[in-house]
Amino acid sequence: MRDVAIIGVGQTKYQHRYPDTPQPDLVRRAAQAALADAHLRADDLDAVVYSMAPDALIGVLHAERWVADAAGAAGRPMLRVNTGGSTGLSSVQAAYDHIASGMCDIVLVVGADRVGESGDAQTILNRIWDPMYERQMPLNTVTMLAMQGVRFFEKYGATPRDMARVAVKNHFNGVRNPVSHIQKEVTIEEVESSPLIAYPIRLFDCCPQSSGGAAVVLASAEVAERRGEALAWVTGMGFRAESYWMGDRMGPKAVSDHAESPQLAAAADAAYRAAGITAADIGVAELYAPFTTVELHAVQDVGLCPPGTVLERLWEGYFDLDGEKPVTPSGGVQCANPIAVTAMVRVIEAALQVAGRAGDHQVAGVRHALATGIGGDHQFFGAVVVSDRPRAATAPPQPDGEERTDRD
Amino acid sequence: MTDATRTIEEKWDLTYRHAAGPVVSHFYDRLQSDGVLVGRRCPQCTRVLVPPRSFCDRCYVDTEDWIEVGPEGVVETFTVVYREFQSLPEPPYAMAYVRLDGADTAILNYVRGLDLREPVAAAAALRPGTRARLVVDEPQRRQGRITDFWFELLP
Repeated sequence: MRDVAIIGVGQTKYQHRYPDTPQPDLVRRAAQAALADAHLRADDLDAVVYSMAPDALIGVLHAERWVADAAGAAGRPMLRVNTGGSTGLSSVQAAYDHIASGMCDIVLVVGADRVGESGDAQTILNRIWDPMYERQMPLNTVTMLAMQGVRFFEKYGATPRDMARVAVKNHFNGVRNPVSHIQKEVTIEEVESSPLIAYPIRLFDCCPQSSGGAAVVLASAEVAERRGEALAWVTGMGFRAESYWMGDRMGPKAVSDHAESPQLAAAADAAYRAAGITAADIGVAELYAPFTTVELHAVQDVGLCPPGTVLERLWEGYFDLDGEKPVTPSGGVQCANPIAVTAMVRVIEAALQVAGRAGDHQVAGVRHALATGIGGDHQFFGAVVVSDRPRAATAPPQPDGEERTDRD
Repeated sequence: MTDATRTIEEKWDLTYRHAAGPVVSHFYDRLQSDGVLVGRRCPQCTRVLVPPRSFCDRCYVDTEDWIEVGPEGVVETFTVVYREFQSLPEPPYAMAYVRLDGADTAILNYVRGLDLREPVAAAAALRPGTRARLVVDEPQRRQGRITDFWFELLP
């Protein structure tokens, strides 16, 4: 396996709609930004991975057709990836595989979404459930994660006020991120008095319906070293799928609990092991958490604090921008959720932190950053470790002489 | 070029006939004709899966026996919705995953007969661990759909 570097990133501003920018132009804007950041032209690319979540969110099926040219893919290999909310992270993993395997040297990962353009994204997201047993119920990502939150409350004694503390932190951070959709700080009282959507989730616990594009250029170590422009190195990855059936994640015989996610924990563990580090080495985490209830469990699942301690640490400010272990300094999904690229943005933000380029939301001295993605009905979990040096310099040699791979 | 760019409005109207297969069909046959819920047992891990499926996702083996479950059970999780989503029901409404007696997994449906005007009180009434019972619609009103039944909390 070859080392893989991130040599360029690009993001547009995230906002509700882009009335003046059709989808291909939005994709192209993100691609051009990342290519410019990498000092490359489209001609330099060996392949393109197009990051696109459920097509109905933009209202065009087989949506990669429409944007292939805009993504710089004409005349070169192209792959479209969709794992729902974790799409952007899966796309980075696909590009990584292209390069680590030796098949490509420079790969562009690009995508865009326009969630604000549909009548109601939650009506579309209801269609991710099976038509036999569940879709006739008003399931959507809000109600699915409201029911996750209720189970988390029971298991760990959390309350709506704990959720509000997460929202306050993320909104504080979002104001310090110029591309964030939501640019407004909130207080505990404002969160607690915002409209109740689906108990226990209130409006300010929710992500917005965002539009915008993002792109990353990945390259082999040879290219990165020749050009001398690695922002950061992808040193570990993990991905795990959970049972489709939410109702199987509860009760005495449940293998996992819908309160949290053992599969996110497993994905993060795989990423740490591949990078040759532990959770303690993570300087900053960009966690995929579209609702505050998700961040509460994700922080524990990825090992940023021992199980059962997240609430105490949350109120101590441990996860704040100036805390011991900052979580989602960009403001995260709660401040911008262009679904197709949201998990890719977590990787971009992790790279910016490692490169010292995160501006007003920079955390000092980050050597390893964690990015996560969650898709499906709390079903697909991905983790990527981004470091300030290649994996060979990070991971210890293996006792059995086998080169450690990122997948186990 | 003009500053006032246009938008192109569209509405999708698609129809499907989803193949339910023998397991899902039997579940709805029993619900519609007998007013009962049935699950399938995994021969390996012995879990009774409700709603029933043709295979166990953990053991990756075919499920075998049909087991009648309920009519009582326990609330595993719930939500009460207070905001309207386009093309989804008018709020407020409560729904819960209930693990019926004899089942090892929970099935989702509405919880009816509960005062939802006060969210905190409604949430307290629905707290996981609360006992609930299956209520099946009148025989002539059943359509062989998941909406043929709902839950009510036990006193």
